[in-house]
Amino acid sequence: MTTSTELPFPGLRSGVELVPTNDQPQTGKEYTSDQEVRWCPGCGDYAVLKAVQGFLPELGLRRENIVFVSGIGCSSRFPYYLDTYGMHSIHGRAPSIATGIATAREDLSVWVVTGDGDALSIGGNHLIHALRRNVNMTIMLFNNRIYGLTKGQYSPTSEAGKITKSTPMGSLDHPFNPVSLALGAEGSFVARTIDSDRKHLTSVLSAAAAHRGTSFVEIYQNCPIFNDGAFDAIKNNDTKADAIIPLVHGEPILFGNGSKGLVRDTETGGVKVALVADVGQDAIMVHDAHNTDPTTAFAISRLTDSGYLNQSPIGIFRQVERPTYDDGARGQIASAQQAAPGEPQDRLAALIGGGDTWTVV
Amino acid sequence: MSKQVKQLDRVIIRFAGDSGDGMQLTGDRFTSESAVFGNDLMTLPNFPAEIRAPQGTLPGVSSFQVHFADHDILTAGDAPDVLVAMNPAALKANLGDLPRGAAIIVDTHDFTKRNLDKAGYDVNPLDLLGDANDPLGEFQVQPLDLTGMTVEAVKEFGLSRKDAARAKNMFALGLLSWMYGRPIDSTISFLEKRFAKVADIRDANITAFKAGWNFGETTEAFVVQYEIKPAPMSAGTYRNISGNLALSYGLIAGGVQSGLPVFLGSYPITPASDILHELSKHKAFGVTTLQAEDEIAGIGAAIGAAFAGSLGVTTTSGPGLALKSEAIGLAVMTELPLVVVDVQRGGPSTGLPTKTEQADLLQAMFGRNGEAPVPIVAPQSPGDCFNAALEAARIAITYRTPVLLLSDGYLANGSEPWRIPEIADLPTIDPAFATERNQTVTAKDGTEVEEYWPYLRDEDTLARPWAIPGTPGLEHRIGGIEKAKGTGNISYDPANHDYMVRIRQAKVDRIADSLPPLEVDDPSGEAKVLVIGWGSTYGPIGAGCRRVRKAGYNVAQVHLRHLNPFPKDLGEILKRYDKVLCPEMNLGQLSLLLRGKYLVDAIGYNQVNGMPIKAAALADAIGGLVAEAEGVTVDLTPQEASQ
Repeated sequence: MTTSTELPFPGLRSGVELVPTNDQPQTGKEYTSDQEVRWCPGCGDYAVLKAVQGFLPELGLRRENIVFVSGIGCSSRFPYYLDTYGMHSIHGRAPSIATGIATAREDLSVWVVTGDGDALSIGGNHLIHALRRNVNMTIMLFNNRIYGLTKGQYSPTSEAGKITKSTPMGSLDHPFNPVSLALGAEGSFVARTIDSDRKHLTSVLSAAAAHRGTSFVEIYQNCPIFNDGAFDAIKNNDTKADAIIPLVHGEPILFGNGSKGLVRDTETGGVKVALVADVGQDAIMVHDAHNTDPTTAFAISRLTDSGYLNQSPIGIFRQVERPTYDDGARGQIASAQQAAPGEPQDRLAALIGGGDTWTVV
Repeated sequence: MSKQVKQLDRVIIRFAGDSGDGMQLTGDRFTSESAVFGNDLMTLPNFPAEIRAPQGTLPGVSSFQVHFADHDILTAGDAPDVLVAMNPAALKANLGDLPRGAAIIVDTHDFTKRNLDKAGYDVNPLDLLGDANDPLGEFQVQPLDLTGMTVEAVKEFGLSRKDAARAKNMFALGLLSWMYGRPIDSTISFLEKRFAKVADIRDANITAFKAGWNFGETTEAFVVQYEIKPAPMSAGTYRNISGNLALSYGLIAGGVQSGLPVFLGSYPITPASDILHELSKHKAFGVTTLQAEDEIAGIGAAIGAAFAGSLGVTTTSGPGLALKSEAIGLAVMTELPLVVVDVQRGGPSTGLPTKTEQADLLQAMFGRNGEAPVPIVAPQSPGDCFNAALEAARIAITYRTPVLLLSDGYLANGSEPWRIPEIADLPTIDPAFATERNQTVTAKDGTEVEEYWPYLRDEDTLARPWAIPGTPGLEHRIGGIEKAKGTGNISYDPANHDYMVRIRQAKVDRIADSLPPLEVDDPSGEAKVLVIGWGSTYGPIGAGCRRVRKAGYNVAQVHLRHLNPFPKDLGEILKRYDKVLCPEMNLGQLSLLLRGKYLVDAIGYNQVNGMPIKAAALADAIGGLVAEAEGVTVDLTPQEASQ
């Protein structure tokens, strides 16, 4: 026999609604720790760190109420360089640790820094379960499509056929599309951005922080040592207009300087690229990130090249409201506590003294 | 009909039937009745890992043994005086444990060709009763159609035959309750509550229960009723409690006594799941329970909650502990409070999920990469799980360390009367969160500035400060990479690593300063043999020692609650005795530690069959050592069978 109960939904709230705010203006310097940054010269991680240090003050939160948690990998050193609370944990487990932090404390802004190996290989299980629970946190997945810290093996996002130290004849693994995966796990906020586009990166991360629930942000990040040039097509000024499919809620999905756009593929039920000249402006899809049905967002995510990246949708794929695990857990505790007033020690005495008892004199 | 009443000082009853026959419930109810009556008691549930193993087969047999007495007892008993067998498989599976002369009450209803075949009987043994080749000749067998009588008794409720027959366990319980003069009110009110929503089932069960009682009173099959007087117990209020329940209450008490919210991250695993179930009911105490996606996420969430200022707890059994190893190492490195509960079961691998074992001691002690010392606490009886859990919380919070709490399947599911402690007698635990910066440093420009150093240490405990997010000015980063002394910054410095490895060990060793002296039970003060144990072997060891003493010989007993660090006086105690015997449900894990640390010739007494050690066999081993140590002949033939 299974029974279920209606759960209360607290309604639309900001991701940082319960986090104490700071009335004093803050600077990026305050968020910079005294530790020397030790990424390789030219690493995309620097740009992301700068962007985060730059926009965290704009959130206006109290610095002591911000927690960064990371796993293992190059990007996972991130927390050491931010003067907030932080934990550099173990490989793949950051989402589980962040789940504990976010569930235990409603007054914290919780961030996870992870990489393609950390989040999608060793920690894949925790990632999908964090997304389905919709714990209030922001996951920044630095995707450089390679293992950097272990010096250059292929990762779960490397293209098939990739020659690396561990795949001299080419990788046989089919890569994950992180956005497709996050949408499949019913992530309530799923986005993709690029390390070198500070403006876009900042806008996406700000929206992610404001979203209540698990915000998943894939950040394309160049590894200049082991996978240099992996994102050249979307970074190069000559090619990026054709490579980036920009997703802006409420806007037609157009790229190639307005010559191309996304249309419904009536044959497959999916989404495909068409020339505006062929289909007309009106046939071009308008991006709806707030659609509760993730089907279209998933179809758009499939337009990402799984081999060398010549085409990729960038932006917020999905941003919908649904109940968060941590709010629900705290809500159940609050209602249980309301129903059982009294001092904890008296209630403990009543608890352990319950059941069938007998007294010996 | 007036019946003869015979006095007994103790009885061991085993209820056995098919997994679906409700034997655990039957045993549980008989236990509650006995507890309310005031007997001392211990129980031993024993069931298969399969939820419903094939009906009528030997692997499907589930049993519940209860030992109750008019005096203080320590174990669930070696061998049942009475077996209640609900089908041929239950009879066959348990026969080997019965001593000559034991009573067997058999439900004849299921002794059909089909069920006899399933149990592997060529001939119905009940057909041979009284014959020259009666296989049950050495027992007192009472064949009764319990099912038939039950169906007859409940026919007024119009249940299907199958539903009617399901009340047979209550008929058997009624009969046994009559036989041993148990009070029946608690069972009737239990049934009223349990089946409150299904009136016909409720009435059928109560009717079957009463019919069983009345059958005992009126039938000529039973001419004797037994009386087992209440046991003298020290003053106080008591309840019957299982180890998992007591452990859950101990964790809640750890939260109340420290003022911290309890956060349990757990993944279901036998035999630990009941702790998750229990704690999930106590949200009013601020207890959060997260059923995680796996064992690692369970401990991960608990570590996160600990960082955020909760009493982090994770519960598991051996295979789960293996999965948590790396995360425990992280808690060692980050020096965060955490209680890791391992309800040990038979291993390795999946092993024997529903059977007991003590074979995770070395995993608890050493099962991590690097030098990763973790304090270990072990309860010695079901009720003691409460105190042990509270002690684990005290150590975790005070010393900022993960603590392993090693229970086992026998403690988890077994039960005993428990004197309910007064809250005022429980220790209080001070989390002592850091609120101020703790180090003055000179900046480059020569000015003095205050900083927060997360790895400065308390002089007494060597514990580091615990500053939780939300505390202004104490922002800091911790992690799994080696920390620099004091500042907690990443450090690859060789001398620093050597220092930090040693200081982490010294901190755990320092816990011994807070432990009371060991209590050595050596009544004559002349014993040459010491028996040392840990965990659930306390009962069998105590019972074994009593047998030896009762036969006129000397033996001392000491039992360890703390396995890491060992109490400070342990070495000196071990040296006082000529022989040291170490009984364990493993191949000698504590004895290896004792030998390694104290260079003492700890002799193992090892049994790894998934069941508790039997006191009688252990007494023989103790007697053998006493004979060697004292140069005497030892004869343990009991003058009076009491343990």
